[in-house]
Amino acid sequence: MIALDEFAAAVGSHGPVTIAGLGTRGGAVHGVRTVTAPAGIDFVQPDEMIVSCGAGTPVDELVAAMAVHGQTVSLPAGGTVGGALAVGHSDVRRLGHGPVRDTLLQARYVSAAGEIVKAGGPTVKNVSGFDLCRLLVGSYGTLGFLGEVILRTRPLAKHSQWFVTDATDPYPVFAALYRPVSVLWNGTSVWSLLEGHPGDVEAQASSAGLTACDGPPALPTGSRRSLAPAELVAQTGDFIAEVGVGIVHHAQPAPPSTVGERESALSRALRVRFDPSGRLNPGHGV
Amino acid sequence: MNRALVADLRALLGDDRVRTNSTELGLYGRDASNIEGSAGVVCFPLTTEEVQGCVLACVRHDTAFVARGSGTGLAGGATPLDHAVVIALTKMNRVLSVDTVNRMAWVEPGVLNLDLTRSVAHLGLHFAPDPSSQQSCSIGGNVANNSGGPHCLSDGVTAAHVLGLEVVLSDGSVVRFGGEAPECNELDLRGAFVGSEGMFGIATKVLVRLTQNPPVVKTMLMDFMSVEAGAQTVSAIIADGMVPAALEMMDQLCVQAVEEYIHAGLPVHAAAVLLVEVAGLPHGLQADVDRIVEIGMAHGAGTVRIAKDEAERALLWKGRKNAFGAIARIRPNYYLHDTVVPRRMLPEVLRQVYEIVQRHDLLVMNVFHAGDGNLHPLLIFDKREPGVMDRVHAAGEEIVRASVAAGGVLSGEHGIGLEKRDFMPLMFAPADLAAQADMRAAFDPGGLANPFKVLPSPAACGDVQHVPEGAWV
Repeated sequence: MIALDEFAAAVGSHGPVTIAGLGTRGGAVHGVRTVTAPAGIDFVQPDEMIVSCGAGTPVDELVAAMAVHGQTVSLPAGGTVGGALAVGHSDVRRLGHGPVRDTLLQARYVSAAGEIVKAGGPTVKNVSGFDLCRLLVGSYGTLGFLGEVILRTRPLAKHSQWFVTDATDPYPVFAALYRPVSVLWNGTSVWSLLEGHPGDVEAQASSAGLTACDGPPALPTGSRRSLAPAELVAQTGDFIAEVGVGIVHHAQPAPPSTVGERESALSRALRVRFDPSGRLNPGHGV
Repeated sequence: MNRALVADLRALLGDDRVRTNSTELGLYGRDASNIEGSAGVVCFPLTTEEVQGCVLACVRHDTAFVARGSGTGLAGGATPLDHAVVIALTKMNRVLSVDTVNRMAWVEPGVLNLDLTRSVAHLGLHFAPDPSSQQSCSIGGNVANNSGGPHCLSDGVTAAHVLGLEVVLSDGSVVRFGGEAPECNELDLRGAFVGSEGMFGIATKVLVRLTQNPPVVKTMLMDFMSVEAGAQTVSAIIADGMVPAALEMMDQLCVQAVEEYIHAGLPVHAAAVLLVEVAGLPHGLQADVDRIVEIGMAHGAGTVRIAKDEAERALLWKGRKNAFGAIARIRPNYYLHDTVVPRRMLPEVLRQVYEIVQRHDLLVMNVFHAGDGNLHPLLIFDKREPGVMDRVHAAGEEIVRASVAAGGVLSGEHGIGLEKRDFMPLMFAPADLAAQADMRAAFDPGGLANPFKVLPSPAACGDVQHVPEGAWV
């Protein structure tokens, strides 16, 4: 277990405070006292498919360490583990590898009162109590600052290959593939990532008329939009859509999506319960 | 019972769908656990608006309500206390819409798990969570308990298959959590709601993810001369980089009971049997089968039986899923436990389970999700035997404590409910429990939604301790 006492003392119980990782996902709040989470891997248990590490551990370092055991974690590359979880945005492999939120099994975080609090449990299967881990993922640190996490790992694919084909409609390709890891579409081409036994990957690709390529296209960075997957076909302009998921990477900026008033009020009520004075990452989640 | 409340409910739903006779109140006074509660009135809404009306009536009369699906829960989660209003969702059982292209469906909470899978089978799709009770349990109940099942090893539990929810909160407001769009700029209220055991509100519509049926499935049975060898095989398969679709274990007493029941030619002399299923595309599947057989043999597997057709596969699964029906041949009563331990601790914890049960002069059958480390010790007994219930409860408590001490958790899929409420401090410190109580207080500030479950000594609810007859707390 990673000692969190120093981290908790740094967070303290009074005054605004923000947490900094590697600054890849927006970074810390400006003009506020900054803390950093502990870094480093505590243990890897490949036969349990779990890894425990400090939230300050760089994702790329964790992925490299897991590769030695023939496993990986489904977190987007770059930045820290804590940052990836606090933001909660998946990468283009979400279709096959699942959302970021399903990666977090247990968290020990520092609360607004400066206390160390545990959420979840160390096993993949666990329904002991309410699922606080789900709330922490994507909360931008507003419920607590992640200190140490236990993550679910997955076996590294034996073989992995990107493919491409021309298609003004992505759905024939999407329907032809069995559990692809990713299907991307820009209005004229479909890219797909297939993983598994080389024989299966080849058979799938040829049945869907795909050609091997070097990798996915560069993603436009103007905005990240979240749509019902059925609405993707109506996209226009310079975009890459994640088929079957509903994320659209668009060159143009877009207003943030909104949720209903009662739902927002409930999120606010949760934040007030967890951080009555709004001291954790002030400005996020208001 | 509050007559004014019953009158309000009857005005809303009509006499037919509001029941107060003692036989029906008795039926709805408990779930599939051994814990008795007391229902004040049972109502059967058909729409979200009617559920909202029922909740508002409860608010007006300051009376607690308990949402209920099929009542197959094993932890007392749907057991009403203190004459609460039971809101039964069983008549809300329509599949509302299916998006066959993007593989998702809106369903009402009373739809039965297996009915959902059957209704989309012709599309080559299924709903992945498959609890052993899937013929009778409801999707709403699966959401409340974040249910699992044998095939959750590779595909994940209910939380991974629920994309959105329509919920009636305990103040009567109707809200949407999650939905077709994968991300929102707010907290993941959908994720928090799944597994909240009816204490955050009532789900009235559920958007589920549907999963492609695998092109090829292979099911095999391996037998071992020791439970340890079987358990070590499980760990070795996972450590080798494979995640089979299912990885189930049965011990000797269980295999013998099941064999007498289904006559499938099971190896009754083996100490443990592993049921392994792999699913997917042909090349990868065959490579996995070969490797699993190799690992099994290296751990001393006696025989390996690979189901040659769908009929034989169904027979092997029938043995697993109906194991609980087979026990009546040995003793008339059973108590099913549910804990999770790290896979590597399976041999040690199973050894302790046998020792505990023997010391309390009981019988145990083990049939469980070995791939997940999810133990299901089934204590079997005759409750007419004087004093036996005390021994059953004492043994159960020791099994729970041994599992947590081994680095495990209180429950893998049955939930906490009333059964394990007072064991929560084994896993969680006061600050951890306070955070969970904060979640509950934000969703349900009035505390009317299924109170007194999950959280021990509810500080927020005064000092009331509602431990009904039959609870082993």
